[in-house]
Amino acid sequence: MLLIQCPYCDDALPELEFAYAGEAHIDRPKDPSALSDEEWRDFLFIRSNVKGVHAERWRHINGCGRFFNALRDTVSDRFVTTYKAGEPRPDLSGKEPAQ
Amino acid sequence: MNAPVTSFDAVSVAVLSPVARFNLRIAPADLAVASKVFGLTLPTKIGAGVRNGDRAAYCIGPDEWLLHAAEADQTAIMSSFDAARADTPHSITVLSDREIIIGITGPAAIDLLSTCCPLDLSCMAVGGAKRTVFDYAQIVLIRDGDDAFRLEVWRSFFPHVHGLLEIGVRELAVGL
Repeated sequence: MLLIQCPYCDDALPELEFAYAGEAHIDRPKDPSALSDEEWRDFLFIRSNVKGVHAERWRHINGCGRFFNALRDTVSDRFVTTYKAGEPRPDLSGKEPAQ
Repeated sequence: MNAPVTSFDAVSVAVLSPVARFNLRIAPADLAVASKVFGLTLPTKIGAGVRNGDRAAYCIGPDEWLLHAAEADQTAIMSSFDAARADTPHSITVLSDREIIIGITGPAAIDLLSTCCPLDLSCMAVGGAKRTVFDYAQIVLIRDGDDAFRLEVWRSFFPHVHGLLEIGVRELAVGL
């Protein structure tokens, strides 16, 4: 079973306790009514669909209940790191990619 | 609820008598106020628990605590928290009737729980509590000793969870 590190519980816990919640770091536009239909469509539906390291939101729903962010390799399904909601995406440059 | 006690030498499953149960949400900075009102120093680490007599407090989220007390104290505890609310904003909800508590004791308690719970229970601290899943039903699991656990489950999930535990006990009894 996949173990996911919850940054709030500070523990690696079974995948069954977590729920996936889409791509991370997507800011809601400040003034949606000023957007064109295409821009609004892009905000609502268009996602990056990365092959490789992807920043995504997870929720520890059957645990502490918190949303947090994770960097996961979509090829290997390996979690590179997890970090609390509101923190910037960690800079992985200079580090070895997860094996 | 007088469900039958199921047991064999290595593990027994029993429905325990109800307790007053509360869910407390409060900013961690204001925890000292809640500790004073409840009369117990609330733990700050998720998964940790404190117990004194019939009162117990378990930290299950960054700003969330599960409180236990004697049934007779429920009204008094709610009044004390209501009085504290004027100065210290918080939310406290009575959950006493929402959940049923099951005691699982015996040397095979971990084996029995592991049939449906994905946590590595051998690593769980004695005296602590965790919200987790039991065959997709959300539960709170409290560890009272090396081989003594209490499992709190919502009333509506109780027949499912208790049924699985009964099957597990029988399977362990016949050596499966």
